[in-house]
Parts: sequence; structure tokens; C-alpha cells
Amino acid sequence: MPTDVERWKSEVYGNEIREHLFEFAEEGWDSIPEDERDAWFERFKWWGLYHQRSGQESYFMLRIGTPNGRLDPGQLRVVGEVAKEYATGPGTNPIFGDAYADITTRQAIQLHWIKLEDVPDLFEKLEANGLTAQQACGDSWRNIVGNPMAGNDAEEIIDAWPVIKELNETFKGDDDHSNLPRKWKVSVAGSADGSGQGDINDLALEPAYKEIDGERTVGFNVRVGGGLARNEPRHARDIDVWVAPEDAAAVSGGLSALFRDHGDRENRYNARIKFLVDEWGTEKVREVLQEDYVDFELETAGEDVRDQYTYNAGGDGRNDLVGIHKQKDGKNFVGLNVLVGRMGADDVLELADLAEKYGSGAARLTQRQNIIIPDVPDEELDEFLSEDLLDHYSPDPSPFMRGSVACTGTEFCSLSIVETKNRQVRFARWLKENVELPEGIDQFHIHLSGCTASCAQPQIADVSLRGMKTRKNGDPVEALDIGLGGGLGEEPQFARWVTQRVPVDEVPGAIKNLLASFEELREGDETFRDFIQRHDDDELADLVEPEETSYEDPMMHNTKRTWYPYAEEDSLDAGPAPTHADGTPITSDD
Amino acid sequence: MSVSLRVLDDGAWVSVNDSRQVSVSELWRLDAPEFCSCTVPDFVVENFQSVGVDGRTITANVYGQCIQCGETGVPGWIPVGRLKNGEYVDLDRENVVLPAHDGHEN
Ligand code: HEM
Ligand code: SF4
Ligand SMILES: [Zn+2]
Repeated sequence: MPTDVERWKSEVYGNEIREHLFEFAEEGWDSIPEDERDAWFERFKWWGLYHQRSGQESYFMLRIGTPNGRLDPGQLRVVGEVAKEYATGPGTNPIFGDAYADITTRQAIQLHWIKLEDVPDLFEKLEANGLTAQQACGDSWRNIVGNPMAGNDAEEIIDAWPVIKELNETFKGDDDHSNLPRKWKVSVAGSADGSGQGDINDLALEPAYKEIDGERTVGFNVRVGGGLARNEPRHARDIDVWVAPEDAAAVSGGLSALFRDHGDRENRYNARIKFLVDEWGTEKVREVLQEDYVDFELETAGEDVRDQYTYNAGGDGRNDLVGIHKQKDGKNFVGLNVLVGRMGADDVLELADLAEKYGSGAARLTQRQNIIIPDVPDEELDEFLSEDLLDHYSPDPSPFMRGSVACTGTEFCSLSIVETKNRQVRFARWLKENVELPEGIDQFHIHLSGCTASCAQPQIADVSLRGMKTRKNGDPVEALDIGLGGGLGEEPQFARWVTQRVPVDEVPGAIKNLLASFEELREGDETFRDFIQRHDDDELADLVEPEETSYEDPMMHNTKRTWYPYAEEDSLDAGPAPTHADGTPITSDD
Repeated sequence: MSVSLRVLDDGAWVSVNDSRQVSVSELWRLDAPEFCSCTVPDFVVENFQSVGVDGRTITANVYGQCIQCGETGVPGWIPVGRLKNGEYVDLDRENVVLPAHDGHEN
């Protein structure tokens, strides 16, 4: 039997959702018939709108897909302006204020508290400036990720941007690929540093050399079926295909068509292509692709550069894109740390000013939730670096600030079990004040996800934190599972979950104790990841030692049982939602 | 009297008549002797797999974890609410012991 979601998709899906969305926006939230809400909310995702959690009815999260995290001159300002104008609601965040934008781990932007009634104006403004929320969520080609400096990164061996641009233009809005069994996440990268993070995507194109007609040619090796969600993490698997840049769209489209036709539409939990690759094996994937979905002879895989991957790999070299780096054209790109990816709207606008003053006005978003200002000439660098705003968004932050990644969590997300972003900010600040990293360690990644969906990519961090619950003195409290030793690189590894259900207030102490043990037991100058690897799970569980410290957590209680965790009156029914366009509550006699 | 029941947003919550009624992250005490060796498993709801109705009781098949012993899995069908004159009424799920039952499909 097809699922409800499949049935709704077969009725209305893809581009055509837009006219309905605009009609509802025109007539107001109340005009969506009650018995059609579930269906419409599912469909709205295709246009980037995700209904927020219980207690926040009538408010939406809006995701803007920025292919490869690329913001052209002027677009960062537009993001700041729409955040300021539309992303305010009844709740105020104690750290980030009233209006803010989130940079996501897939190089997109998320805004919260969006009213349906504002969507037409918001879309008009975005689209007039070359931005869109189309296919940002839903069962289709999602925002394509890669190295955001493609085309101008001094470490790249092939410019991936023309390929990303072609894929984005071809598959955004293409009716043949708009209704897939599930999301389709693609990474295309041309740098030898591994910053595309292809291993955790449904489809990865990775730079590789191949001898073609006697000539060493640069193109891409193809991997399929990576993903982190639901306790079923997979690395993308090598299907033994090399593709030239000019054929990348044909092969990528062939694979998404294969997924469209053969993915599991009966069971959404089994729908991602990672499960089809499990079932078929890579040889069959290649065979079916060749026979049914491309009309030229596929090349076998070329010689990759995975042995040069450093991004999020925990060793030497570029683990992220924070800091000052050379561009191909001799100018510089400056990676700024955005703690947990969240920036106040006013800060976004101020940074847009700086990008214009010192760079070209362009900006780039990274998969570690940071922002890059490119095109800064050598002679402007010092003055740029001395700007006050960069005290907060630093190109040289504490490793604990720099390594922090966090998802949305109970603030807005239905699936969440615990509070995430604000908590990770508190963790990072406490660690910065209270913990020293051992000699020579200047990178330490801590990723916090509110549930197993793994939006913060916890399994590929030095310390992985995942939302759970436990009891402390008999009372239910928010807790975290602790995993260790994950990372990408030539041989990617997922974290091993060694300690479960640690009350949140004991987690900073656990990290402190773990780092002390690392310092004490470390052999020579081994990396944290190597250190973790040579210990078994029981040994590691002993090294973690959860402990109460001076860290205090004000959000120990069930933050999901609130309409907004930071409200004065926070109980589920104390909030104003659902509300009219102007924010006044809709009452039953309306 | 027909009732529309579904699980939405990748298992985040149970919808009854197009309204969100039960959400993940709740902590339930279960009467589920087959699930783990705890007398009263203390169960965190992580994911709704499916929702059904047994007479006038709305039941859910959920994935989660006992926080006393760490056992994970699906303990069976758990009552989450009742239908009263066609209206959905919540059970006080976090304060009573909920009995798990073997499958009934619908
Ligand atoms: C309202 C907020 C959100 C909801 C409801 C949501 C929902 C989900 C769900 C259900 C999954 C699991 C997908 C699956 O089962 O295949 C997932 C995975 C993921 N999401 Fe989110 N998400 C939200 C916010 C975010 C944010 C803030 C980011 C980025 C910071 C993000 C990026 C990702 C990534 C990278 C994964 C990784 C897992 C994979 O690749 O399989 N999402 N999200
Ligand atoms: S990891 Fe879970 S809690 Fe965090 S944003 Fe994703 S779905 Fe929500
Ligand atoms: Zn138990």
C-alpha cells in the first residue's frame, strides 16, 4: 500500500504546489482546510517551508538553498534583510535575539517564525535577487554541496562550479526528477582537501584523474548511497565510474532516475538510496545505470586524490575553511567562525557591508556552518581583520568555538529530544574557559544533534553528542549519548557510541576528563582520532567519566514540553500559536 | 465514525484527524515484560513507526529506548489516547503505566 505521503505527492507535487501555496497565503492560515493540513504541510516542504513543532502552529521554518554555499555580491544583504523583516516571532532567543539566520551543514540558510501570509512577498524578494527556496526540503534534489570556494580555491584540481551550476539548473524544477521516493543529496567537489564531504551524501562526485585517449584528464569518480540518519549511517560507496565534467549531468540524472524508479515508496524509512545500494550491491547499481539510464559507455573509476583529504579528518592540513587562505587569483578568502551557524540579522547586514568594503560583496557558506568572505586583496587584509565584528565572528577562534556544530533541536524541530544550539554555545564557552587542549592540538570538533536524524552530522566529529533522556535523582532530564573518534578523510569513520545517556550538565565535565586522559595516555604526538582508535569501547567508556562541574545547565527539564523553551511562561498552551498574519492569536470564535 | 490517523515528519509525531497529538521525546513507563528485563521500563519515544486503533483506543507502534537498561527497539502497540464521541482525548501518558500489546494491524 502506498504511504499517505506518496498518495499526496501523486495528487499535487513539485512546481504546481506554488500556486496553492500562494492562494493559501492570500487567504490566510485559516483557509487551509483542517482535514488537508497534513497533506499541504508535507507538500510545502518542496518549496522550502517546514511547519514548526507543536506549540508553534502557523509558523514555518524556511530553508533557502544556496548551491555550493555560494552567495553572489548583494545576496548576503538580502538574507539579512529578509531575516530582519520576516524571521521574527513571539519568542526571543536569549543568546541570538529576535531575528537571525542559520547556516546549515548543507550550506543552506534557515529562517524561523515565517508566516504563511508573508511567503509571496518573501519569495518575490528572494527571486528578484537570484535566491530560491525551491526544493530546499521535500523528496527531490536538495541543495548541492561542495567546496564553496570552487573556481578560486588554490588547492583545487578542477573547478566544480560549472558542474554544480549545470546540475542545479537542470534538476531544480525538472518534473522528471521532482518526485523522488525521498530526499536526494548531492555533493560535487574539485578540491583535493575533501571539503565536499561526499562520503555522507546520496551521490558524490569526487575529483579524479583518468587516462582518456592517451591524455590524463580531470573529472570525477562517482560514489552512491551515503547518509547518516536513523542509526543507519553509511559511507557513499564506490560504483567504479569516472565521469567527465561534460557528462556529469547525464550520469547524475541517470542515478536520480534510477532512484526514482527503484527506490522504496512503500516504506519511507527504507527509501533512501543507501538502502537500495545495500540491497543491490554496487555492481548491480552500475549495471542498471549503464543499461537503462545512460546512452554512452561508462568509464571505470579513475585515480582519486582521497589520500590528500584533510577536511574534518582530524589530522594535519585544512580541517575546515576558517582562517585566511590564498585564492587562485592571488587575493584571499577569509573564513569566519559562526558559532553553531547562527547569526543575528543585524550582524548579517553588517557583514554584508564589510564584504562590499573589503571584498567583492560575495560570501560563501561552509558545511561546518561557517561563513567565508572571499576576494580580499592583501593590502585590505589587516584593516578587515581589525573590524570589531570579527571579534565575534573570528578567523582565529578558540578550537572549541571553531569545532562546534549544532542542529536546530527543541527550539523549533518536531523530531528533537533536547535543546541544541544554545546548549552547544554554553558548552563551547565553558570549555574555552576551563579546558586546555594538549600540546599541538588546535582542532577539536564537537557536533551536537538533537536526535538520530543527525542534521549536525555528529558521527563525523571527534566528540559526537546526540539527544537522549535520563533520570537524575528520579526526575527526567535531558541527556546526551557520547560518541568518539568519527571523522572523514581517506578512510572515513563513524563515531563509536561509547557512553549513553549522560545528563546534560555532566557532559562538559565528561569532555574535560576525556581530554585529560588523552593528554596523559597520548603516545607521542598522536592525533585524538588515532588515540581513540587504539582503545576499545570499554576502555573509552572508562575515559569519559561524566561529572558535574561549574557548568550549569538552565535547560535540564523537558524543553520539548514548552511552546518555546526560552519564554517566561513556557508551558505548551501558554504560547500564542496559531496566529494571524500580524501575530495575534487565532481564537476559536474567529 | 471515521478517524484519520497518521505518522508524519519522518516519525516525529502522530496526527489524529489532522491535528498533532503525540510527539517524540516523551518518557513513558511501560508494562512490557517482553521488551527488557526492567520491572517497569522507562521508555524514551524516539520515533513513531505506525499508528492504529483498537476499539476506541488509539495505539502507536514506537521505536525507542529504555533509559534504565539501554535496551532499544519496538515494545509493541502502546495506547496513547482514546476516542470519545469522535473526539480525541489524550491519555496522561507520562504519569501512568502504559501496557504494551502485540500486533493488531489496521
Ligand atoms: C525543523 C528542522 C529540521 C527537521 C524537521 C529536519 C529533519 C530531518 C530529518 C527527518 C532527517 C533524516 C533524514 C532521513 O531519515 O533520511 C534529517 C537529516 C539531515 N538534515 Fe535535517 N531537519 C531539520 C533541520 C536541519 C538543519 C538545521 C540542518 C543543517 C544544519 C539539516 C541538515 C540535515 C543533514 C545534514 C541531515 C543528515 C543525515 C543524512 O545525511 O542522512 N536539517 N533532517
Ligand atoms: S538532528 Fe533531529 S533534532 Fe536536530 S534538527 Fe535534525 S531532526 Fe531536528
Ligand atoms: Zn529496561
